[in-house]
Amino acid sequence: MLSRRNPQLNKNGELIHLLSIEGLPRAVLHQILDTAGTFLSVNEREVKKVPLLRGKSVFNLFFENSTRTRTTFEIAATRLSADVINLDIARSSTAKGESLLDTIANLSAMHADMFVVRHGESGAPYLIAQHCAPHVHVVNAGDGRHAHPTQGLLDMYTIKHYKQDFTNLTVAIVGDIVHSRVARSDIHALTTLGVPEVRAVGPKTLVPGDLTDMGVRVCHDMAEGIRGADVIIMLRLQNERMSGAMLPSAGEFFKNYGLTQEKLALAKPDAIVMHPGPINRGVEIDSSVADGRQSVILPQVTFGIAVRMAVMSTISGNNA
Amino acid sequence: MKILIKNGRVIDPASGRDETADIAIAAGRIVSIGQVSPEFHASRKINATGLIVAPGLVDLAVRLREPGHEHEGMLESEMAAAVAGGVTSLVCLPDTDPVLDEPGLVEMLKFRARNLNQAHVYPLGALTRKLEGEVLTEMAELTEAGCVGFSQAEVPINDTLVMHRALQYAATFGYTTWLRPQDGFLGNGVAAKGALATRMGLSGVPAIAETIALNTIFELVRDTQARVHLCRLSSAAGIELVRRAKAEGLPITCDVSVNHLHLTDVDIGYFNAAMRLTPPLRQQRDRDAIRAGLADGTIDALVSDHTPVDEDMKALPFAEAEPGATGLELLLSLALQWGEESGLPIAQTLSKITSAPVRVLGESLGSLASSAGKLVQGGVADLCIFAPDERWAVQPGALKSQGKHTPFAGYELPGKVKCTVVSGHVAHEAF
Amino acid sequence: MSTLHLDAEALYRDLVGGVRGLLQPDALLVGIWSGGAWLAERLQQDLKLGGEPGVISSALHRDDFDKRGMSAGSGQTRLPFEIEGRHVVLIDDVLYTGRTTRAVINELFDFGRPASVTLAVLVDRGGRELPIHPAYSAARMTLPAECRLSLARGDAGRFSFNIKEGE
Repeated sequence: MLSRRNPQLNKNGELIHLLSIEGLPRAVLHQILDTAGTFLSVNEREVKKVPLLRGKSVFNLFFENSTRTRTTFEIAATRLSADVINLDIARSSTAKGESLLDTIANLSAMHADMFVVRHGESGAPYLIAQHCAPHVHVVNAGDGRHAHPTQGLLDMYTIKHYKQDFTNLTVAIVGDIVHSRVARSDIHALTTLGVPEVRAVGPKTLVPGDLTDMGVRVCHDMAEGIRGADVIIMLRLQNERMSGAMLPSAGEFFKNYGLTQEKLALAKPDAIVMHPGPINRGVEIDSSVADGRQSVILPQVTFGIAVRMAVMSTISGNNA
Repeated sequence: MKILIKNGRVIDPASGRDETADIAIAAGRIVSIGQVSPEFHASRKINATGLIVAPGLVDLAVRLREPGHEHEGMLESEMAAAVAGGVTSLVCLPDTDPVLDEPGLVEMLKFRARNLNQAHVYPLGALTRKLEGEVLTEMAELTEAGCVGFSQAEVPINDTLVMHRALQYAATFGYTTWLRPQDGFLGNGVAAKGALATRMGLSGVPAIAETIALNTIFELVRDTQARVHLCRLSSAAGIELVRRAKAEGLPITCDVSVNHLHLTDVDIGYFNAAMRLTPPLRQQRDRDAIRAGLADGTIDALVSDHTPVDEDMKALPFAEAEPGATGLELLLSLALQWGEESGLPIAQTLSKITSAPVRVLGESLGSLASSAGKLVQGGVADLCIFAPDERWAVQPGALKSQGKHTPFAGYELPGKVKCTVVSGHVAHEAF
Repeated sequence: MSTLHLDAEALYRDLVGGVRGLLQPDALLVGIWSGGAWLAERLQQDLKLGGEPGVISSALHRDDFDKRGMSAGSGQTRLPFEIEGRHVVLIDDVLYTGRTTRAVINELFDFGRPASVTLAVLVDRGGRELPIHPAYSAARMTLPAECRLSLARGDAGRFSFNIKEGE
């Protein structure tokens, strides 16, 4: 077996791409979170722009549609003074049969400095990072089921904001974990930052036993999973799960695993409720909880812009 | 042409011969091994001092990519790759384009191969028309054209009624059916189900996809008495089922690929598409069972599973990449590496790629059965002469195959093929 | 072995007098992170200005971002007052090329339009690469490029200099 250096880090251990939280040292995560704090205060000023990425071209390559995520990346890049170009790939060249790498090569010829990539297949950003020029940086905005590192980081920022100390928390992640890139990134981040108890909660079809290899405790009983939790992260349930014979209906899912006021009462009284969005009211979460005083779902969005600014400025300043 | 191979260490696993001896070859046959007559005047003398002279390798799983997939491999390049790897006989799969389901296509392939005068090609015919799993092919006609068995390649037949009838028909005439034991529904993943696939977000193929298929096949074999060769086992549980089925006396044989002999799912690394294979690479426990199973004979033969894949089809995200790896030129070295690591005598290692594959082919080889994969006086002169301790680095660009993708790129492996003789003429040399 | 001896506390006492002379009514003290911020903190008290000084960081407007990247621990700007129409006195420990001052002025202008900006430093070591000029400096000297000079603050808040000669 040949040795493999983590493609996200350069020879000095500095972050040049953000592809996954897995394999990143704790210090790197903390640095990004600290930098995000600076940008949060920038976003509260009247002049919300700083010139860190001035003259740089950031290309948003979204092979999977997502107006929300793309918009936050666009705002983040614009606030860093970058030029942002949005490419709706799903409808253009790959539909005409152009290969992924040909698309990248063509865009590189247009002097791209950074690619923000969302793709339906796990591992796609690694392929891109491997094939683009040394000075180009890649941010993974979500690849298949594998990773959504900026979401993981903004979730950590949220937890740090409300709970401060990671090392004495109990965090429960609830829902369709096997298909969730957000869950995987959250799990890697939580374990790296030293959270002692991370629970994965859901039915066996959505929460496989081998998740324990990632350092989580698997709970198929919602009450057991939520009890005493400081943080509850609810995941979105997608309709495909019903057609894939993994769940009978959204209604039955809500009955067993939906977050209601009653279930929330099992957690600590000051527990916070998080959700990567968009939320399915009445499927994974009750409206009264989503809009309630323990919900931090909207602040997550605000933190998301600052975290993405931190990620883009951090990787942009490090050379391959 | 008369050839004299001097002073090599002659190892013939079938007979147990292992001694330094000269070999005389004339008119495509081995004239004598040792005690070569002084009247034998060779036009070519090969000095095999320090080298091993073994039977030419027999590879039971090769994709030549002709007809139809010429952007991935041409007969010329893949046959050159075969003899460069010391392979003198190979069995090729029917998943070409068009599928090898008509005698005319088989005859054409054999004709083209014969003209190249390199390795012997033994095609597998499709079990069903276009591999679609509905209508049986004309197995008798295909056998007459030269097919040594019938296969569905990677396409499972989910309809058990069709499977049953296909095996029953094949059993009527004593044909062997070559099957990949993989359930058509559970088998639809891109990596082995397990902690690694979960972590990497890749759809997983559970081991039960193999064991369920094996159990189904065994029941059908019990019922029809058809001979079945199981292709590319991948799991410890599967190997255990084969062990018990053989103990029961079922007419089954099986093979395993060089990739699964050495690698596990961890080798996927950062989504390396060279590791995209079917069946998928499993865990350490499974690899250990494969290594033990090959050593104790539960697994009959080691194959290269040679599958050249076009560059464009590998430069894709893992799940979209086409599965397959080039292997003809690595078969010997990977076998030797395993043999060394397992502490086996070299003759036993070599048997897995010479005499054992021939036993699997059995009567389908016809008159050649008595001498293929063996070194016998009077038999066909197919030999592989190699330097067992010479190490070489796997450089994809230097491979003769058009398929440059191998999980072993950059590895240093033992065993360099120095000369390959097919039907008494030198097909490849690299002295 | 350093042949340079600088008494930071003595220079600070000079700085107090110098800054007092620059202050307009209602002027604001803003210290450049980190050495300037320490100085501004003590100046705010010693000049009996009440309230807190601002702290300003050059991190977001540096001109060497492409080479050095985001450095950990480069401080955060905190201005607990409105800038618009105010006289701002920037305080720094060591003025050298002038690039930090330029970056800090850009940062300041992101918050509003001051009436004026003046610069007061502890040490002006020459070597300017931009047209930046302090209204007051407690000490003026020329140092070789290999020499690195910065302010240090001890446990009791006592100032001293860190001098590193050679790379």
